[in-house]
Amino acid sequence: MPDLVWFLIRRLFGALLVMLALSLAVYLIFYAIPADPAHLACGKPCTPDRLEQARHFMQLDQSTLQQYLNFLKGIVAGRTFGDGTAAVHCNAPCFGYSFPLARPVTTLITDRLPITASIALGAAVLWLLFGVSLGVIAALNRGRILDRLAVGVALAGVSTPSFLLGLLAILVFGFWLNMVPVNGYVPLTESPVDWAWHLVTPWIVLAILQAASYIRLTRSQMLEELNLDYITTARAKGAGEARVVLTHGLRGVLVPVITLFGLDLGGLLGGAILTEKVFSMQGLGDLLISAVGQLDVAVVVGVTLFSAFLIILANLVVDIVHGVLDPRVSHG
Amino acid sequence: MSSSVAGTVSPTRQAMRRMRRDRSARVGLVVVALLIVIAAAAPLLVRLAGQDATTYHIDLLDPARGNAPRGAIGGASGTHWFGVEPLTGRDLFSIVVLGLRTSLFIAVVVTLITTVVGTLAGISAAYFGGWYDAVLSRLLDFLFGFPQLVFMIALGIVVPARFPRWLLLILVLSFFGWAGLARLIRNQARSLVAREFVEAARSVGSSGWMVITRELLPNLLGPVLVVATLAIPGYIGAEAALSFLGVGVPPPTPSLGRSISDSIAWVYTGADPWFLLFPGAMLFLAVLGFTLLGDGVRDVFDVRLRRTN
Repeated sequence: MPDLVWFLIRRLFGALLVMLALSLAVYLIFYAIPADPAHLACGKPCTPDRLEQARHFMQLDQSTLQQYLNFLKGIVAGRTFGDGTAAVHCNAPCFGYSFPLARPVTTLITDRLPITASIALGAAVLWLLFGVSLGVIAALNRGRILDRLAVGVALAGVSTPSFLLGLLAILVFGFWLNMVPVNGYVPLTESPVDWAWHLVTPWIVLAILQAASYIRLTRSQMLEELNLDYITTARAKGAGEARVVLTHGLRGVLVPVITLFGLDLGGLLGGAILTEKVFSMQGLGDLLISAVGQLDVAVVVGVTLFSAFLIILANLVVDIVHGVLDPRVSHG
Repeated sequence: MSSSVAGTVSPTRQAMRRMRRDRSARVGLVVVALLIVIAAAAPLLVRLAGQDATTYHIDLLDPARGNAPRGAIGGASGTHWFGVEPLTGRDLFSIVVLGLRTSLFIAVVVTLITTVVGTLAGISAAYFGGWYDAVLSRLLDFLFGFPQLVFMIALGIVVPARFPRWLLLILVLSFFGWAGLARLIRNQARSLVAREFVEAARSVGSSGWMVITRELLPNLLGPVLVVATLAIPGYIGAEAALSFLGVGVPPPTPSLGRSISDSIAWVYTGADPWFLLFPGAMLFLAVLGFTLLGDGVRDVFDVRLRRTN
């Protein structure tokens, strides 16, 4: 499989280049800002002396390029601010250090990430299942009531903002029917059952909305696929309908579905951020929004880059799966 | 015979004819027209109701229930058509219609900007090709996979507080919005560039600008219109989402997203679900109306748009 290996190396290299370019762009944008992190850290009264000290300690007195290189070095090898007893260590991978919160950004992120990731991953699994199976059902029952129902769900899903549906779900299932908890997050390590129980509503809400475009795509793709010659051949050779649809038809559907999934990854993170706010869970979005409010540049840059890296890596995985499923991609 | 008759009807005429036959497109058109009238006339409607979006009506609140509005349906009455906001007692009808005005204004402006930029970028990439096309395509790939919401929130820290937030919102949404249209138009224009009539125009010495505006653009108007219509509900949702997160339109400008965000506490306890339902219904209608219309326009122009390549 040398082709596949080359394909992997090419993609990996491409992803690294994009990360590098992105980090430089983000760094330049965010450190060109009027709010001076040292000024916030130096406290009151802020004498020029103390401001200078703070700037030196936070390594803000170096050139922007040097600061950027320090930042990159921090991700790979960690970094240390100041020296002697006052030194502050930030272990690799160091995405910056928040002086207002007195903690490395990486720790802040890893504290909050499980919440956002739990919402996003569970929802993604559900919506792929929902979307593809409803799409197949719609295609097989074309024009009948099930098809119209699936297309209707898809339209309603496209038209409802996720936070609106989330709040409606809380109102109906949480408050009126009193079936599910309305808010709060329970760590998986604490109680897997409570974890899932608190996440059921966010998962379903996010999944229904995103499933919409997958229903549409699967339906049209399946209809197209079922008209192709090789399906007719399979049928002529006596393959059962279930085998025709599930093994042959579905294979053709999966490739565009995975392409769409790759495009939706950024949206998945956005959706999870909105959903965590609806259900009052303090995830990555909460960390970012409060950092913006407190002008904590280190956290803002750290979270932005971290999520961008995450999406790039996830896209890489999607690309690789794509390449394995559809050999034309890696050979082309 | 019949085909030659159909051939004499202009494409626009044919499109209008198909539009009239499509039921959901008609519904979408009516809803959109209604919403635009409401949004345009919002200040007038508010004055007609004898209200404004800022006056507190503390007397309409029930301190025993945590200052939720007194009476059924969120305190709706002949004077306060949608009831009042809990905690402040501001007129909810005024907030909702003025909020719709804010939403539509931002969504339409962003759509105009992204349509112009996206179309120009897409056509020029297809026409000039080469390294320009390669660089632009990479940039588009990049913008696509990007966690846009994270970046939109983060940018709030870069811009000084005195910079108007609604303008920032428009700029940020536009910055990420043009990519989708640009990619689509590029792909459509690439197949046009190879056609004989473009070759003919080039061979008689038309400049690049002439070919783009006279030959390519008229043939791409259908897809551009479809994507633009379908983009509006996306921007309405995006604006509402950012305001919902508290990084969109700041108070006191009414915003549907912010009202929905304010309603969270009242939904958890069930004290005043109407505070969610009125702004929520308006937002839903706005997104649904434009989506239906967009779907209709797409069917009318018979454009096949798939998000995958």
